[in-house]
Amino acid sequence: MSETLVPASFAAADRAAAPPASVVTEGGSVRWLLTGVAILFLALFLVLPLVTVFAQAFAKGFDAYLAAFREPDAWSAIRLTLTVAAIAVPFNLVFGVAASWAIAKFEFVGKSLLITLIDLPFSVSPVVSGLIYVLLFGSQGLFGVFLAEHGIQILFALPGIVLATIFVTFPFVARELIPLMQEQGTAEEEAALTLGASGFHTFLTVTLPNIRWGLLYSVLLCNARAMGEFGAVSVVSGHIRGLTNTIPLHVEILYNEYNFVAAFAVATVLAGLALVTLVIKSVLEWRYADELASGRAH
Amino acid sequence: MPTAIRVEGLSKTFDTAAVLHDLSLDVRAGELIGLLGPSGSGKTTLLRIIAGLDFPDRGRILFGGDDATGLPVQKRAVGFVFQHYALFKHMTVADNIAYGLNARARSERPPQAEIRRRVGNLLDLIRLSGFADRYPSQLSGGQRQRIALARALAVEPRVLLLDEPFGALDAQVRKDLRRWLREIHDRTGQTTIFVTHDQDEALELSDRVAVLDKGRLEQVGTPDEVQDTPVSATVLRFLGDSIEVEAIAEGGRVLVAGHPTPVAAPSGLIGPVTLHVRPWQLQFVEPAQAHLSGTVRSSYRSQGRQRIEVDRGAEKPLVVEDTDGERYEAGRPVGLRINGGYVFA
Amino acid sequence: MVETLRPRRRFRQPSVIPGFGLTFGYALTCLGLVVLLPLAALVARASGLGLSGILEVASDPRVASALKVSFGVSLVAALVASVFGFLVAWVLTRYRFPGRRLVDAVVDLPFALPTAVAGIALASLYAPNGLVGEQLEKIGIKAAYTPVGIFIAMVFIGLPFAVRTVQPLIAEIDKEIEEASATLGATRWRTLTRVVLPPLIPAVLTGFALAFARGVGEYGSIIFIAGNLPYVSEIAPLLIVIKLSEFDYGGAAAIATIMLAISFLTLLLINLIQAWSRRRFGYV
Repeated sequence: MSETLVPASFAAADRAAAPPASVVTEGGSVRWLLTGVAILFLALFLVLPLVTVFAQAFAKGFDAYLAAFREPDAWSAIRLTLTVAAIAVPFNLVFGVAASWAIAKFEFVGKSLLITLIDLPFSVSPVVSGLIYVLLFGSQGLFGVFLAEHGIQILFALPGIVLATIFVTFPFVARELIPLMQEQGTAEEEAALTLGASGFHTFLTVTLPNIRWGLLYSVLLCNARAMGEFGAVSVVSGHIRGLTNTIPLHVEILYNEYNFVAAFAVATVLAGLALVTLVIKSVLEWRYADELASGRAH
Repeated sequence: MPTAIRVEGLSKTFDTAAVLHDLSLDVRAGELIGLLGPSGSGKTTLLRIIAGLDFPDRGRILFGGDDATGLPVQKRAVGFVFQHYALFKHMTVADNIAYGLNARARSERPPQAEIRRRVGNLLDLIRLSGFADRYPSQLSGGQRQRIALARALAVEPRVLLLDEPFGALDAQVRKDLRRWLREIHDRTGQTTIFVTHDQDEALELSDRVAVLDKGRLEQVGTPDEVQDTPVSATVLRFLGDSIEVEAIAEGGRVLVAGHPTPVAAPSGLIGPVTLHVRPWQLQFVEPAQAHLSGTVRSSYRSQGRQRIEVDRGAEKPLVVEDTDGERYEAGRPVGLRINGGYVFA
Repeated sequence: MVETLRPRRRFRQPSVIPGFGLTFGYALTCLGLVVLLPLAALVARASGLGLSGILEVASDPRVASALKVSFGVSLVAALVASVFGFLVAWVLTRYRFPGRRLVDAVVDLPFALPTAVAGIALASLYAPNGLVGEQLEKIGIKAAYTPVGIFIAMVFIGLPFAVRTVQPLIAEIDKEIEEASATLGATRWRTLTRVVLPPLIPAVLTGFALAFARGVGEYGSIIFIAGNLPYVSEIAPLLIVIKLSEFDYGGAAAIATIMLAISFLTLLLINLIQAWSRRRFGYV
């Protein structure tokens, strides 16, 4: 090829510059600047609030911190939260496994509509999630009169709190398991069936081991949300101290009473739960990345 | 022909593994040269270093006499065609081809009408004239690779570099594109280096072939040269089937089982040697005139030719390519004469 | 006689795997009782009001102002979260630096930390005597008890959505695409703006929409820092709570319906973006 086709800039090029390590990245200083900005932003917006929780909780010393847990109301809040999670999480676990079995292992009409409906609670405001139960069971609600006549208490009591919690955590397990089970297909189950295993035995010995880490992962996130839910529970609980206050609601009351140390002290329980959740979640993601559903946005 | 690109003493180490050892190569202006080697031979790394996508630890790259070793990839004026096309999926075919021209500084950028004209010409050249407004996702693999070639040609590169250009395509499409690339080259006279691990592809397409192994250049030459006079056992093995026979070099000749063969021994070589024989250099003969003997294990047809596997006791069976059309049943004792072969010092 | 073989439309493809009836029935029952029935109660209440009734509630100045605050601030917050979210996702996927995994885990903090806890922490940080609030005060910015505080809380909860939607796509970018651009003479800036960024736009928009929808509905992390001054820093979800405490179920349902309608429109938009992207480029 003739020399004339070479661009003029070629001969006069800046060949003195040391070559970069790779042509598909930014220059070293730009890289450090961007990394610095990103870390600073995360530190300021995400880490600082978390640190504040612990700093405020211990602001008046360890005794003041412990004092928050000597109150019977704090313990009844913790008890209620554990009770709610103990009902809501297993409920969603069973639902999630059943739904993803039906959706991932079979082809049927209206499947994508079903998935959309299961995802629905994620796009509903927590307050609205509580509101819909008030509209059902409240004194002016659809079943309000019927419930009052029969002396059944749903709102401002444990059932209402459990229902609202189930609603906001409804999609967690199903949303993790559906893509995971779809990826895995039906070949292994079919193999087990041809070898004479019963349906339930197949599920226990073939399907369950394949989804165990995904299941643990989703239950973990479901539990964190169930114990920490505030908006929906706040609407249906009635804020009766010692009776219908969960931990987050108890935190709110203490904070609004300007009892900051106690509020943050109780909040450390939830913050600790969040940290433990994050650690286990990260460990699962690093070690069992292949056994979790890919491409998560939630 | 003048030298377009000179590679001088190139060495490259990734982590701890050396991938190029003191490699030198001259590429002549206007030639189509194939870098042939097994995977891990360093051929793609060499191509990427010439392009400016990787950087050598030692050695120089000269473009037409100018040292280009430290020149950033953007200024090297190379056209690189990737194995998996690397087309811009969000751009139309025309925008893909025009990309390099539009990327030029304003002072060097041709006017839009001129860019459009050049894109049109290139689309004609690759016979995809009606495809200007399509997106890559609407094209077949072969079409995408042609677009990738047009995109690389659009910047009028001083050298065209192709990395396993047909590796991701079906066998039939691959053959068609091979012939077509040769045509394009003959028409444009573009200096071209391409990388392949496929011997047939390299031998059919190239003006010269450079055989690489373990980061070293084994041999450079025309397809005929490397096939007829391989300089090493590595080149010979890589370019096709062969068998190895124990032999003795004596008085300028090579002897097998005491019988002389037509193969000349390299001067000064005396004593036990390994004789490399191609399947078509073996001939069935009466056991009395044979260099080797054995029994037929099986026979099969490969690309229209009869190939017969001959068992020789403990050793690996021999493969003989037979032209006499006779049938050889399994178990039949046969003798083989060596009509040619290679001995390396 | 030959029977014509015609594909019969059926609800479900035949399969040897057992348990469809049981699991499908159970899942549908749960979905109906827990999700669909209560939502139907809202729809029933809203349709009782009619469109004019809903619009009448919305035209109440206090309600209108709360909706404006919720949607307006959430829009700005989602924008900021998208920009910084993209930066964080880029840094986390493309650069290697010590502690990268820890930083990556931190991004999920807003998902894991209960909103009430985040709320009181943000409120105490940005209060006039708080660690950050004091500094902001010095440069004349009042964060707590103003829309600025709402903005901060919304960025907090929206950020993970922005990061996690683009992160997998950045990871999937084919390096060869960038190399191709470089061999064609493009500067790094041109490669980023013309080759790398355009295919990521659908994902960035999706992350933006998710952060926006989440911000509009958010309650717990906002109410403590917002100060909840009517007409200034009162958000729509809080107004629902207030209406409920006044036993104004109709008013609460009306506001909820408006919010739901907008979030569904947002979700629809996301689906349209993804469908368009899939058709045009063959990927989401």
